[in-house]
Amino acid sequence: MKKSIKIVSALAIVLLVSAFTLNKNNINPGYQVGDIATDFSLKNINGKMVSLADFNEAKGYIVVFTCNTCPYAVAYEDRVEALNKKYADKGYPVIAIMPNNPEVQPGDRLEAMQARAKAKGFTFPYLMDSGQKIYPQYGATKTPHVYILQKTKKGNEVKYIGAIDDNYQDETAVNKKYVENAVDALLSGKEIKEKQTRAIGCSIKV
Amino acid sequence: MLNTLVLVMVMYNFIFMNLRVLFIVFVLVVSCKQEDKIKAVSSNIEKEQVVEPKLNVEEYNFTAFEKFLNREDDKIYVINFWATWCAPCIKELPHFEKINETYKNKSVEVLLVSLDFPKQYEKKLIPFIEKHQLKSKVVALNDPDSNAWIPKVSEEWSGALPATVIYNKDKRAFYEQSFSYEELKAEVDKFIK
Repeated sequence: MKKSIKIVSALAIVLLVSAFTLNKNNINPGYQVGDIATDFSLKNINGKMVSLADFNEAKGYIVVFTCNTCPYAVAYEDRVEALNKKYADKGYPVIAIMPNNPEVQPGDRLEAMQARAKAKGFTFPYLMDSGQKIYPQYGATKTPHVYILQKTKKGNEVKYIGAIDDNYQDETAVNKKYVENAVDALLSGKEIKEKQTRAIGCSIKV
Repeated sequence: MLNTLVLVMVMYNFIFMNLRVLFIVFVLVVSCKQEDKIKAVSSNIEKEQVVEPKLNVEEYNFTAFEKFLNREDDKIYVINFWATWCAPCIKELPHFEKINETYKNKSVEVLLVSLDFPKQYEKKLIPFIEKHQLKSKVVALNDPDSNAWIPKVSEEWSGALPATVIYNKDKRAFYEQSFSYEELKAEVDKFIK
């Protein structure tokens, strides 16, 4: 009896420890291409709540997890704005979500988001992931991190996950505009060539 | 024009991959509208390091950098990807320094790979290294096409910083996370027989 208790407790410890380590190594990778993404109701910088469902005319969405404080996110600000200008009218608006905990990263507080959006003239919603509930469901790990969704009968289907393009340093040296290529493909009913890409970014501050 | 330059840069890197000191050469290219500074990574022979006493950080593109991930000697390598603007990276940096110091006699070598933007090397990276008197080797990885090389570091890596690889010639582990000293030590200990 004692022996079995020992074994059981040893097993429990092993399980606990491994659960802990595995969790840290992203056991929950979030959405894969083809999954149906959740809608949300998050506060925009103008104080209004925004959901994907609010966009009746949209054919889909360019969801960008981004923030004020990450140099990579900052490097892409103008390009994200350009994406919204180019694709909102075509049915793919940019929906930016700030996933960091503003108490850990004060530069990402709501007032700071408002100031940044005003200074840069953002025309897209810039939403606060209050309580940090949405980004883990998507599986975002960093800023910037893009999810392109397409409205389908099943729901908002994830069509692309990853980077905006292949050169964060120099927009003029970009060879592959991953997001534009993906949205163009969706608009013309073609298959997206690169459905998943990676880029360096800042870890999300919890 | 640009493509040719990139090709030349890549060739240079291949040819001089074994030389240890890399210097930055600026090539001015006049494009149709504006002058663009294109950086080429070139090499110099080792003795020139003596002439240049100022702290210098070696800069690599991924092709040239890859050798650091594939050493086949008897050492254990702890490769940490970081940047001066990455708060969680800065927080865990002392743990890597401590590992480098305490495990020296156990053949553990720490390499700190900075992903700071090149324009920040002089302003941020080098002053940071000097201020904190980093003892571990620091190199700069500058290769904007990260989609091409992130999977070569690890298929598990989403690209978020900080990230760490620990390996020896027999095994390899990857971590997209921050470490406490105890956590890091426990992972390094797994490699020590």
